[in-house]
Amino acid sequence: MTEKISEDQVKHVAELAKLKINDDQLPYFTTQLDKIIGLFETLSEVDTEGVEPTSSVTDQVNVMRDDVAENWHQQQALLDNAPDTQDGYIRVPTIIDESGDNN
Amino acid sequence: MNFQTTIGLEVHVELKTNSKIFSPSPVEFGDTPNANTNVIDWGYPGVLPTTNKGVVHDGIMAGLALHAQIEPNPHFDRKNYFYPDNPKAYQITQSETPIAHDGWVEIEVDGQKKKIGIAEMHIEEDAGKNTHESEHSFVDLNRQGTPLIEIVSKPDIASADEAYAYLEQLRQIVQFTGISDVKMEEGSMRVDTNISIRPVGQKEFGTKVEMKNINSFNYVRKSLEYEEQRQQRVIMSGGVIQQETRRFDETTGKTVLMRVKEGSDDYRYFPEPDLPVLTISQDWIDQINQELPEPPAKRREHYVNELGITDYDAMVITQTKEMSDFYDQMIKAGADAKLAANYLQGDVNAYMNDNQVELQDTKITPEHLAMMIKLISDGTISSKMAKKVFKAITKGDDPKAFVEEKGMVQLSDPAKLQPIVDDVVSANPQSVEDFHNGKDRAIGFLVGQIMKQTHGKANPQVVNKMLKESMSK
Repeated sequence: MTEKISEDQVKHVAELAKLKINDDQLPYFTTQLDKIIGLFETLSEVDTEGVEPTSSVTDQVNVMRDDVAENWHQQQALLDNAPDTQDGYIRVPTIIDESGDNN
Repeated sequence: MNFQTTIGLEVHVELKTNSKIFSPSPVEFGDTPNANTNVIDWGYPGVLPTTNKGVVHDGIMAGLALHAQIEPNPHFDRKNYFYPDNPKAYQITQSETPIAHDGWVEIEVDGQKKKIGIAEMHIEEDAGKNTHESEHSFVDLNRQGTPLIEIVSKPDIASADEAYAYLEQLRQIVQFTGISDVKMEEGSMRVDTNISIRPVGQKEFGTKVEMKNINSFNYVRKSLEYEEQRQQRVIMSGGVIQQETRRFDETTGKTVLMRVKEGSDDYRYFPEPDLPVLTISQDWIDQINQELPEPPAKRREHYVNELGITDYDAMVITQTKEMSDFYDQMIKAGADAKLAANYLQGDVNAYMNDNQVELQDTKITPEHLAMMIKLISDGTISSKMAKKVFKAITKGDDPKAFVEEKGMVQLSDPAKLQPIVDDVVSANPQSVEDFHNGKDRAIGFLVGQIMKQTHGKANPQVVNKMLKESMSK
Protein backbone atom coordinates (compact mmCIF):
# COMPACT_ATOMS: atom_id res chain seq x y z
CA MET A 1 0.00 0.00 0.00
CA THR A 2 2.93 2.31 0.51
CA GLU A 3 3.70 4.11 -2.72
CA LYS A 4 5.19 7.46 -1.85
CA ILE A 5 7.84 6.27 0.56
CA SER A 6 9.42 2.86 1.06
CA GLU A 7 10.33 1.20 4.33
CA ASP A 8 13.99 1.51 3.38
CA GLN A 9 13.61 5.25 2.94
CA VAL A 10 11.93 5.52 6.34
CA LYS A 11 14.83 3.60 7.87
CA HIS A 12 17.27 5.96 6.18
CA VAL A 13 15.43 9.06 7.41
CA ALA A 14 15.38 7.64 10.93
CA GLU A 15 19.13 7.06 10.78
CA LEU A 16 19.73 10.63 9.63
CA ALA A 17 17.67 11.86 12.56
CA LYS A 18 19.57 9.46 14.87
CA LEU A 19 16.28 7.79 15.80
CA LYS A 20 16.12 4.12 16.66
CA ILE A 21 13.03 2.40 15.28
CA ASN A 22 12.68 -1.35 15.21
CA ASP A 23 11.29 -3.45 12.41
CA ASP A 24 7.90 -3.83 14.13
CA GLN A 25 7.41 -0.09 14.11
CA LEU A 26 8.50 0.32 10.50
CA PRO A 27 5.11 -0.33 8.80
CA TYR A 28 3.41 2.05 11.23
CA PHE A 29 5.74 4.96 10.52
CA THR A 30 5.86 4.22 6.82
CA THR A 31 2.07 4.45 6.57
CA GLN A 32 2.07 7.65 8.59
CA LEU A 33 4.80 9.34 6.55
CA ASP A 34 3.11 8.19 3.38
CA LYS A 35 -0.06 10.00 4.43
CA ILE A 36 1.85 13.15 5.33
CA ILE A 37 3.57 13.20 1.96
CA GLY A 38 0.16 12.71 0.38
CA LEU A 39 -1.09 15.79 2.16
CA PHE A 40 1.80 17.84 0.91
CA GLU A 41 1.31 16.63 -2.61
CA THR A 42 -1.85 18.72 -2.73
CA LEU A 43 0.57 21.60 -3.19
CA SER A 44 1.78 20.27 -6.51
CA GLU A 45 -1.69 20.86 -7.93
CA VAL A 46 -0.87 24.57 -7.97
CA ASP A 47 0.45 25.75 -11.31
CA THR A 48 3.92 27.17 -10.65
CA GLU A 49 4.95 27.51 -14.27
CA GLY A 50 7.30 30.49 -14.59
CA VAL A 51 7.34 31.25 -10.84
CA GLU A 52 10.77 31.79 -9.28
CA PRO A 53 11.51 29.45 -6.34
CA THR A 54 11.06 31.22 -3.01
CA SER A 55 14.05 31.21 -0.72
CA SER A 56 12.55 33.45 1.95
CA VAL A 57 8.99 34.16 2.99
CA THR A 58 9.64 37.58 4.48
CA ASP A 59 9.53 40.56 2.16
CA GLN A 60 12.45 42.02 4.03
CA VAL A 61 15.70 42.26 2.19
CA ASN A 62 19.19 43.09 3.45
CA VAL A 63 18.49 43.11 7.15
CA MET A 64 21.96 43.05 8.65
CA ARG A 65 23.47 43.75 12.03
CA ASP A 66 26.63 45.83 12.47
CA ASP A 67 29.63 43.81 13.60
CA VAL A 68 29.47 44.74 17.27
CA ALA A 69 30.08 42.09 19.92
CA GLU A 70 27.77 41.77 22.90
CA ASN A 71 28.11 39.13 25.55
CA TRP A 72 24.70 38.31 26.97
CA HIS A 73 26.29 36.35 29.84
CA GLN A 74 24.00 33.39 29.41
CA GLN A 75 26.62 30.71 30.01
CA GLN A 76 25.29 29.57 33.37
CA ALA A 77 21.63 29.69 32.37
CA LEU A 78 22.42 27.64 29.26
CA LEU A 79 24.54 25.11 31.12
CA ASP A 80 21.75 24.76 33.71
CA ASN A 81 19.56 23.47 30.91
CA ALA A 82 22.09 21.00 29.56
CA PRO A 83 21.46 17.38 30.56
CA ASP A 84 24.99 16.99 31.93
CA THR A 85 27.93 19.36 32.40
CA GLN A 86 31.47 19.38 33.75
CA ASP A 87 33.86 22.33 34.24
CA GLY A 88 31.80 24.59 32.02
CA TYR A 89 31.54 22.01 29.22
CA ILE A 90 28.47 20.15 28.06
CA ARG A 91 29.18 16.50 28.86
CA VAL A 92 27.91 13.94 26.38
CA PRO A 93 28.45 10.21 25.88
CA THR A 94 31.74 9.48 24.08
CA ILE A 95 31.41 10.22 20.40
CA ILE A 96 33.56 9.17 17.51
CA ASP A 97 35.36 12.22 16.22
CA GLU A 98 33.71 13.22 12.99
CA SER A 99 34.43 16.90 13.37
CA GLY A 100 35.55 18.55 10.22
CA ASP A 101 32.98 16.50 8.37
CA ASN A 102 30.41 19.12 8.72
CA ASN A 103 31.63 22.39 7.36
CA MET B 1 50.71 2.97 -17.66
CA ASN B 2 51.00 6.71 -17.10
CA PHE B 3 48.61 8.57 -14.86
CA GLN B 4 47.50 12.11 -14.45
CA THR B 5 46.55 13.49 -11.07
CA THR B 6 43.57 15.69 -10.27
CA ILE B 7 43.47 17.57 -6.99
CA GLY B 8 40.79 19.86 -5.59
CA LEU B 9 41.18 21.77 -2.34
CA GLU B 10 38.60 23.06 0.09
CA VAL B 11 39.97 25.71 2.36
CA HIS B 12 38.18 27.13 5.39
CA VAL B 13 39.30 30.52 6.60
CA GLU B 14 38.17 31.91 9.94
CA LEU B 15 37.30 35.59 9.88
CA LYS B 16 38.58 38.10 12.44
CA THR B 17 35.22 39.76 13.09
CA ASN B 18 34.21 41.09 16.50
CA SER B 19 31.02 39.08 16.68
CA LYS B 20 29.68 35.82 15.33
CA ILE B 21 28.04 35.45 11.95
CA PHE B 22 24.44 35.09 13.19
CA SER B 23 24.57 36.25 16.81
CA PRO B 24 26.29 39.14 18.61
CA SER B 25 28.37 36.81 20.81
CA PRO B 26 32.03 37.80 20.83
CA VAL B 27 34.49 35.88 18.65
CA GLU B 28 37.32 35.23 21.09
CA PHE B 29 39.49 32.26 21.79
CA GLY B 30 41.05 30.84 24.89
CA ASP B 31 38.10 31.96 26.99
CA THR B 32 36.24 29.88 29.56
CA PRO B 33 34.28 27.15 27.75
CA ASN B 34 30.84 28.28 26.62
CA ALA B 35 31.41 31.81 27.98
CA ASN B 36 30.95 33.36 24.54
CA THR B 37 27.64 31.75 23.72
CA ASN B 38 24.02 32.80 23.90
CA VAL B 39 20.61 31.31 23.15
CA ILE B 40 21.10 31.82 19.42
CA ASP B 41 24.38 29.87 19.36
CA TRP B 42 22.71 27.07 21.29
CA GLY B 43 19.84 26.98 18.82
CA TYR B 44 17.08 27.52 21.33
CA PRO B 45 13.55 27.30 19.96
CA GLY B 46 12.14 30.60 18.81
CA VAL B 47 15.40 32.51 18.49
CA LEU B 48 16.19 34.28 15.25
CA PRO B 49 19.63 34.69 13.71
CA THR B 50 20.66 38.02 12.17
CA THR B 51 23.37 38.35 9.55
CA ASN B 52 26.57 40.12 10.57
CA LYS B 53 27.22 42.82 7.98
CA GLY B 54 30.97 42.56 8.63
CA VAL B 55 30.95 38.94 7.45
CA VAL B 56 29.22 39.81 4.19
CA HIS B 57 31.73 42.64 3.74
CA ASP B 58 34.67 40.27 4.32
CA GLY B 59 33.16 37.68 1.99
CA ILE B 60 32.92 40.25 -0.79
CA MET B 61 36.46 41.41 -0.05
CA ALA B 62 37.85 37.87 -0.26
CA GLY B 63 35.90 37.37 -3.50
CA LEU B 64 37.38 40.50 -5.03
CA ALA B 65 40.91 39.66 -3.87
CA LEU B 66 40.53 36.28 -5.60
CA HIS B 67 39.20 37.84 -8.83
CA ALA B 68 35.79 36.21 -8.37
CA GLN B 69 32.32 37.28 -9.46
CA ILE B 70 30.18 38.55 -6.60
CA GLU B 71 26.67 37.11 -6.37
CA PRO B 72 24.20 40.03 -6.34
CA ASN B 73 21.41 38.19 -4.48
CA PRO B 74 22.92 35.62 -2.17
CA HIS B 75 20.90 33.70 0.39
CA PHE B 76 21.80 31.17 3.05
CA ASP B 77 20.93 27.47 3.09
CA ARG B 78 20.54 24.92 5.83
CA LYS B 79 22.73 21.87 5.85
CA ASN B 80 21.14 19.32 8.16
CA TYR B 81 23.15 16.93 10.32
CA PHE B 82 23.12 15.64 13.86
CA TYR B 83 26.34 15.94 15.80
CA PRO B 84 27.02 17.35 19.26
CA ASP B 85 29.26 20.16 17.95
CA ASN B 86 26.17 21.96 16.72
CA PRO B 87 23.04 21.92 18.90
CA LYS B 88 20.85 23.38 16.13
CA ALA B 89 21.31 20.15 14.15
CA TYR B 90 21.98 22.22 11.07
CA GLN B 91 24.71 24.49 9.81
CA ILE B 92 23.75 27.74 8.13
CA THR B 93 25.88 27.86 5.02
CA GLN B 94 25.46 28.60 1.33
CA SER B 95 24.68 26.08 -1.34
CA GLU B 96 22.55 27.54 -4.14
CA THR B 97 23.96 31.05 -4.24
CA PRO B 98 27.58 31.26 -3.02
CA ILE B 99 28.64 34.82 -2.22
CA ALA B 100 31.31 34.61 -4.95
CA HIS B 101 32.19 32.26 -7.79
CA ASP B 102 34.67 31.77 -10.63
CA GLY B 103 37.82 33.32 -9.28
CA TRP B 104 41.46 32.34 -9.68
CA VAL B 105 44.84 32.27 -8.00
CA GLU B 106 48.04 32.42 -10.00
CA ILE B 107 50.79 30.04 -8.93
CA GLU B 108 54.32 29.41 -10.13
CA VAL B 109 55.93 25.99 -9.96
CA ASP B 110 59.40 25.39 -11.49
CA GLY B 111 59.19 28.71 -13.29
CA GLN B 112 55.85 27.81 -14.89
CA LYS B 113 52.94 30.13 -14.19
CA LYS B 114 49.45 28.68 -13.99
CA LYS B 115 46.04 29.90 -12.94
CA ILE B 116 44.12 27.70 -10.53
CA GLY B 117 40.39 28.30 -10.73
CA ILE B 118 38.18 28.90 -7.72
CA ALA B 119 34.77 27.37 -8.25
CA GLU B 120 32.94 29.07 -5.39
CA MET B 121 33.16 30.73 -2.01
CA HIS B 122 30.65 30.43 0.82
CA ILE B 123 30.14 32.40 3.99
CA GLU B 124 29.02 30.10 6.78
CA GLU B 125 29.18 29.33 10.48
CA ASP B 126 31.74 27.19 12.24
CA ALA B 127 30.72 24.42 14.65
CA GLY B 128 31.67 24.04 18.31
CA LYS B 129 34.67 22.08 19.50
CA ASN B 130 34.58 18.60 21.02
CA THR B 131 37.22 17.04 23.16
CA HIS B 132 37.11 13.33 23.67
CA GLU B 133 37.98 11.26 26.68
CA SER B 134 37.41 7.57 27.25
CA GLU B 135 34.20 7.93 29.24
CA HIS B 136 32.75 11.15 27.87
CA SER B 137 33.09 13.81 25.24
CA PHE B 138 33.03 17.49 26.15
CA VAL B 139 31.43 20.22 24.09
CA ASP B 140 32.51 23.85 24.02
CA LEU B 141 30.30 26.04 21.85
CA ASN B 142 32.49 29.16 21.92
CA ARG B 143 33.51 28.47 18.32
CA GLN B 144 29.92 27.75 17.27
CA GLY B 145 28.87 30.55 14.91
CA THR B 146 32.37 31.88 14.24
CA PRO B 147 32.31 33.15 10.67
CA LEU B 148 34.10 31.13 8.01
CA ILE B 149 34.73 31.53 4.33
CA GLU B 150 34.96 28.27 2.46
CA ILE B 151 37.01 28.52 -0.71
CA VAL B 152 36.49 25.64 -3.13
CA SER B 153 39.03 25.26 -5.90
CA LYS B 154 38.30 23.84 -9.31
CA PRO B 155 39.97 20.49 -9.96
CA ASP B 156 42.78 22.34 -11.75
CA ILE B 157 45.59 21.23 -9.50
CA ALA B 158 47.77 18.57 -11.12
CA SER B 159 50.43 17.83 -8.49
CA ALA B 160 51.27 18.04 -4.81
CA ASP B 161 53.68 20.90 -5.57
CA GLU B 162 50.92 22.86 -7.29
CA ALA B 163 48.66 22.26 -4.29
CA TYR B 164 51.37 23.63 -2.00
CA ALA B 165 51.91 26.69 -4.21
CA TYR B 166 48.15 27.31 -4.39
CA LEU B 167 47.80 27.20 -0.61
CA GLU B 168 50.76 29.51 -0.12
CA GLN B 169 49.38 32.06 -2.60
CA LEU B 170 45.85 31.80 -1.23
CA ARG B 171 47.13 32.30 2.31
CA GLN B 172 49.09 35.40 1.31
CA ILE B 173 46.26 36.95 -0.66
CA VAL B 174 43.78 36.50 2.17
CA GLN B 175 46.34 37.61 4.77
CA PHE B 176 46.90 40.87 2.86
CA THR B 177 43.17 41.68 2.93
CA GLY B 178 43.33 41.58 6.73
CA ILE B 179 40.09 39.60 7.12
CA SER B 180 41.77 36.58 8.71
CA ASP B 181 45.00 35.53 10.42
CA VAL B 182 45.07 32.48 8.09
CA LYS B 183 47.24 30.42 10.44
CA MET B 184 47.14 26.67 10.01
CA GLU B 185 48.68 26.11 13.44
CA GLU B 186 45.90 28.09 15.11
CA GLY B 187 43.09 26.62 13.05
CA SER B 188 42.20 29.89 11.34
CA MET B 189 43.01 28.15 8.05
CA ARG B 190 41.97 24.52 7.50
CA VAL B 191 42.52 22.40 4.44
CA ASP B 192 40.62 19.40 3.08
CA THR B 193 41.90 17.74 -0.07
CA ASN B 194 40.39 15.58 -2.81
CA ILE B 195 42.67 13.56 -5.03
CA SER B 196 42.08 11.14 -7.87
CA ILE B 197 44.20 9.72 -10.64
CA ARG B 198 43.31 8.41 -14.11
CA PRO B 199 45.29 6.89 -16.94
CA VAL B 200 46.48 9.56 -19.37
CA GLY B 201 43.89 9.89 -22.11
CA GLN B 202 40.93 8.73 -20.02
CA LYS B 203 38.15 11.28 -20.07
CA GLU B 204 36.34 10.57 -16.80
CA PHE B 205 37.96 11.44 -13.50
CA GLY B 206 39.04 8.57 -11.28
CA THR B 207 37.37 7.88 -7.94
CA LYS B 208 38.39 10.55 -5.50
CA VAL B 209 39.76 10.07 -2.04
CA GLU B 210 39.25 12.74 0.55
CA MET B 211 41.66 13.82 3.28
CA LYS B 212 40.60 16.12 6.08
CA ASN B 213 42.16 18.53 8.52
CA ILE B 214 45.80 18.16 7.57
CA ASN B 215 47.59 20.63 9.75
CA SER B 216 50.41 22.13 7.69
CA PHE B 217 51.08 22.97 4.05
CA ASN B 218 54.02 20.62 4.15
CA TYR B 219 51.86 17.71 5.33
CA VAL B 220 49.31 18.54 2.64
CA ARG B 221 52.07 18.16 0.06
CA LYS B 222 53.43 14.97 1.62
CA SER B 223 50.00 13.38 2.00
CA LEU B 224 49.12 14.14 -1.63
CA GLU B 225 52.45 12.75 -2.85
CA TYR B 226 51.89 9.60 -0.85
CA GLU B 227 48.30 9.24 -1.97
CA GLU B 228 49.24 9.69 -5.65
CA GLN B 229 51.71 6.82 -5.33
CA ARG B 230 49.33 4.64 -3.35
CA GLN B 231 46.52 5.01 -5.87
CA GLN B 232 48.89 4.17 -8.72
CA ARG B 233 50.03 1.04 -6.91
CA VAL B 234 46.43 -0.05 -6.31
CA ILE B 235 45.44 0.39 -9.94
CA MET B 236 48.63 -1.15 -11.34
CA SER B 237 48.07 -4.25 -9.25
CA GLY B 238 44.55 -4.60 -10.61
CA GLY B 239 42.75 -3.07 -7.64
CA VAL B 240 39.99 -0.49 -7.49
CA ILE B 241 40.08 2.85 -5.67
CA GLN B 242 37.14 3.15 -3.33
CA GLN B 243 35.54 6.40 -2.32
CA GLU B 244 36.88 6.93 1.15
CA THR B 245 38.14 9.38 3.69
CA ARG B 246 41.74 8.99 4.77
CA ARG B 247 43.93 10.73 7.27
CA PHE B 248 47.62 11.58 7.14
CA ASP B 249 49.82 9.93 9.75
CA GLU B 250 52.57 12.44 10.45
CA THR B 251 54.93 9.94 12.06
CA THR B 252 54.93 7.39 9.23
CA GLY B 253 54.27 9.85 6.39
CA LYS B 254 51.51 7.56 5.12
CA THR B 255 47.79 8.03 4.67
CA VAL B 256 45.49 5.78 6.67
CA LEU B 257 41.91 4.75 5.96
CA MET B 258 39.36 6.44 8.22
CA ARG B 259 36.13 5.25 6.67
CA VAL B 260 34.62 4.20 3.40
CA LYS B 261 31.87 6.42 2.06
CA GLU B 262 28.60 4.59 1.63
CA GLY B 263 26.30 6.47 -0.66
CA SER B 264 26.48 10.21 -1.02
CA ASP B 265 26.10 12.63 1.87
CA ASP B 266 22.51 13.37 2.67
CA TYR B 267 22.41 16.85 4.11
CA ARG B 268 18.96 17.79 2.77
CA TYR B 269 19.86 21.39 1.97
CA PHE B 270 17.07 23.90 1.79
CA PRO B 271 16.94 27.72 1.81
CA GLU B 272 17.34 29.12 5.34
CA PRO B 273 13.88 30.45 6.24
CA ASP B 274 15.05 32.50 9.24
CA LEU B 275 17.25 34.87 7.28
CA PRO B 276 16.16 37.35 4.62
CA VAL B 277 17.80 37.32 1.20
CA LEU B 278 20.66 39.77 0.71
CA THR B 279 21.17 42.19 -2.12
CA ILE B 280 24.68 43.35 -2.80
CA SER B 281 24.79 46.61 -4.68
CA GLN B 282 27.48 47.53 -7.17
CA ASP B 283 28.14 50.60 -4.98
CA TRP B 284 29.02 48.41 -2.04
CA ILE B 285 31.27 46.24 -4.20
CA ASP B 286 33.02 49.34 -5.57
CA GLN B 287 33.52 50.69 -2.09
CA ILE B 288 35.09 47.45 -0.86
CA ASN B 289 37.28 47.38 -3.95
CA GLN B 290 38.64 50.77 -2.90
CA GLU B 291 39.53 49.39 0.54
CA LEU B 292 41.50 46.46 -0.89
CA PRO B 293 45.22 46.82 -0.19
CA GLU B 294 47.69 46.22 -3.03
CA PRO B 295 47.97 42.42 -3.39
CA PRO B 296 51.24 40.58 -2.67
CA ALA B 297 51.90 39.73 -6.34
CA LYS B 298 51.81 43.45 -7.28
CA ARG B 299 54.15 44.31 -4.45
CA ARG B 300 56.61 41.62 -5.49
CA GLU B 301 56.64 43.03 -9.00
CA HIS B 302 57.45 46.46 -7.61
CA TYR B 303 60.19 45.12 -5.33
CA VAL B 304 61.92 43.17 -8.08
CA ASN B 305 61.50 45.59 -10.98
CA GLU B 306 61.90 48.92 -9.24
CA LEU B 307 63.86 48.20 -6.08
CA GLY B 308 66.07 45.55 -7.66
CA ILE B 309 65.87 42.87 -4.98
CA THR B 310 65.75 39.17 -5.86
CA ASP B 311 62.56 37.17 -6.49
CA TYR B 312 63.35 35.13 -3.41
CA ASP B 313 63.76 38.19 -1.18
CA ALA B 314 60.53 39.65 -2.53
CA MET B 315 58.77 36.36 -1.80
CA VAL B 316 59.91 36.27 1.80
CA ILE B 317 59.01 39.91 2.45
CA THR B 318 55.48 39.42 1.11
CA GLN B 319 54.74 36.52 3.47
CA THR B 320 52.61 38.89 5.50
CA LYS B 321 51.15 42.33 4.91
CA GLU B 322 52.77 43.55 8.13
CA MET B 323 56.24 42.57 6.89
CA SER B 324 55.62 44.10 3.48
CA ASP B 325 54.27 47.35 4.97
CA PHE B 326 57.27 47.48 7.30
CA TYR B 327 59.63 47.07 4.34
CA ASP B 328 57.84 49.82 2.40
CA GLN B 329 58.25 52.18 5.34
CA MET B 330 61.95 51.36 5.62
CA ILE B 331 62.43 52.19 1.95
CA LYS B 332 60.48 55.40 2.45
CA ALA B 333 62.80 56.27 5.34
CA GLY B 334 65.76 55.95 2.99
CA ALA B 335 67.13 52.46 3.70
CA ASP B 336 69.05 50.59 1.02
CA ALA B 337 66.61 48.09 -0.56
CA LYS B 338 68.95 45.08 -0.48
CA LEU B 339 70.22 45.70 3.05
CA ALA B 340 66.67 46.30 4.29
CA ALA B 341 65.58 42.97 2.76
CA ASN B 342 68.56 41.20 4.34
CA TYR B 343 67.89 42.57 7.80
CA LEU B 344 64.19 41.68 7.68
CA GLN B 345 64.98 38.10 6.70
CA GLY B 346 67.97 37.78 9.00
CA ASP B 347 68.08 39.57 12.33
CA VAL B 348 64.43 40.62 12.44
CA ASN B 349 63.10 37.17 11.57
CA ALA B 350 65.47 35.52 14.05
CA TYR B 351 64.33 37.93 16.75
CA MET B 352 60.67 37.19 16.01
CA ASN B 353 61.28 33.44 16.10
CA ASP B 354 63.39 33.51 19.26
CA ASN B 355 60.79 35.52 21.11
CA GLN B 356 57.71 34.02 19.43
CA VAL B 357 56.32 37.43 18.57
CA GLU B 358 54.80 39.06 15.54
CA LEU B 359 56.58 42.01 13.96
CA GLN B 360 53.86 44.43 15.01
CA ASP B 361 54.23 43.33 18.64
CA THR B 362 57.94 44.20 18.83
CA LYS B 363 59.51 47.57 19.61
CA ILE B 364 61.36 47.52 16.29
CA THR B 365 60.22 50.38 14.07
CA PRO B 366 60.90 50.72 10.34
CA GLU B 367 62.37 54.18 10.97
CA HIS B 368 64.91 52.89 13.50
CA LEU B 369 65.92 49.97 11.35
CA ALA B 370 66.24 52.24 8.31
CA MET B 371 68.40 54.64 10.31
CA MET B 372 70.69 51.80 11.36
CA ILE B 373 71.02 50.66 7.76
CA LYS B 374 71.90 54.18 6.70
CA LEU B 375 74.64 54.23 9.36
CA ILE B 376 76.00 51.03 7.83
CA SER B 377 75.71 52.33 4.27
CA ASP B 378 77.59 55.57 5.00
CA GLY B 379 80.33 53.71 6.85
CA THR B 380 79.61 55.15 10.29
CA ILE B 381 79.26 51.69 11.79
CA SER B 382 80.37 48.26 10.65
CA SER B 383 77.92 45.40 10.20
CA LYS B 384 79.57 43.84 13.23
CA MET B 385 78.76 46.92 15.33
CA ALA B 386 75.27 46.81 13.90
CA LYS B 387 74.62 43.61 15.89
CA LYS B 388 74.77 45.66 19.09
CA VAL B 389 72.75 48.48 17.57
CA PHE B 390 70.09 46.01 16.48
CA LYS B 391 69.80 44.77 20.05
CA ALA B 392 69.20 48.36 21.15
CA ILE B 393 66.54 48.79 18.46
CA THR B 394 64.64 45.78 19.77
CA LYS B 395 64.40 47.65 23.09
CA GLY B 396 63.00 50.68 21.30
CA ASP B 397 66.24 52.74 21.47
CA ASP B 398 67.09 55.30 18.80
CA PRO B 399 70.06 53.85 16.87
CA LYS B 400 71.79 57.18 16.19
CA ALA B 401 71.64 58.24 19.84
CA PHE B 402 72.81 54.75 20.87
CA VAL B 403 75.82 54.83 18.51
CA GLU B 404 76.85 58.29 19.73
CA GLU B 405 76.38 57.43 23.38
CA LYS B 406 78.49 54.28 23.09
CA GLY B 407 81.08 56.00 20.95
CA MET B 408 80.56 53.26 18.37
CA VAL B 409 81.78 55.25 15.47
CA GLN B 410 83.70 53.34 12.89
CA LEU B 411 87.13 54.59 11.99
CA SER B 412 87.03 55.27 8.26
CA ASP B 413 89.26 58.32 7.95
CA PRO B 414 92.38 57.27 5.94
CA ALA B 415 94.44 60.03 7.56
CA LYS B 416 93.87 58.47 10.98
CA LEU B 417 94.27 54.92 9.75
CA GLN B 418 97.47 55.42 7.74
CA PRO B 419 99.95 55.38 10.66
CA ILE B 420 98.39 52.19 12.02
CA VAL B 421 98.49 50.55 8.60
CA ASP B 422 102.14 51.55 8.21
CA ASP B 423 103.02 50.15 11.65
CA VAL B 424 101.35 46.84 11.01
CA VAL B 425 102.91 46.44 7.57
CA SER B 426 106.43 47.11 8.83
CA ALA B 427 105.96 44.85 11.87
CA ASN B 428 104.86 41.85 9.76
CA PRO B 429 107.29 41.39 6.86
CA GLN B 430 106.46 37.69 6.59
CA SER B 431 102.77 38.44 5.88
CA VAL B 432 103.73 41.05 3.33
CA GLU B 433 105.89 38.51 1.55
CA ASP B 434 103.10 35.92 1.68
CA PHE B 435 100.74 38.49 0.18
CA HIS B 436 103.15 39.08 -2.71
CA ASN B 437 103.32 35.31 -3.19
CA GLY B 438 99.58 35.28 -3.75
CA LYS B 439 98.46 34.04 -0.37
CA ASP B 440 95.13 35.78 0.17
CA ARG B 441 94.97 34.73 3.77
CA ALA B 442 97.85 37.04 4.61
CA ILE B 443 95.78 40.16 4.14
CA GLY B 444 93.11 38.82 6.48
CA PHE B 445 95.73 38.46 9.18
CA LEU B 446 96.89 42.04 8.69
CA VAL B 447 93.30 43.37 8.79
CA GLY B 448 92.85 41.45 12.03
CA GLN B 449 95.93 43.13 13.53
CA ILE B 450 94.58 46.56 12.66
CA MET B 451 91.17 45.72 14.08
CA LYS B 452 92.90 44.65 17.29
CA GLN B 453 94.78 47.92 17.59
CA THR B 454 91.66 49.99 16.94
CA HIS B 455 89.48 47.90 19.28
CA GLY B 456 87.33 46.79 16.36
CA LYS B 457 86.52 50.31 15.24
CA ALA B 458 88.44 50.38 11.98
CA ASN B 459 86.34 50.14 8.82
CA PRO B 460 87.41 46.79 7.36
CA GLN B 461 86.70 47.79 3.76
CA VAL B 462 88.81 50.93 4.03
CA VAL B 463 91.61 49.05 5.82
CA ASN B 464 91.58 46.36 3.16
CA LYS B 465 91.97 48.89 0.41
CA MET B 466 94.69 50.82 2.21
CA LEU B 467 96.68 47.67 2.98
CA LYS B 468 96.63 46.61 -0.66
CA GLU B 469 97.78 50.06 -1.76
CA SER B 470 100.50 50.18 0.88
CA MET B 471 101.90 46.75 -0.03
CA SER B 472 101.73 47.33 -3.78
CA LYS B 473 104.00 50.35 -3.55
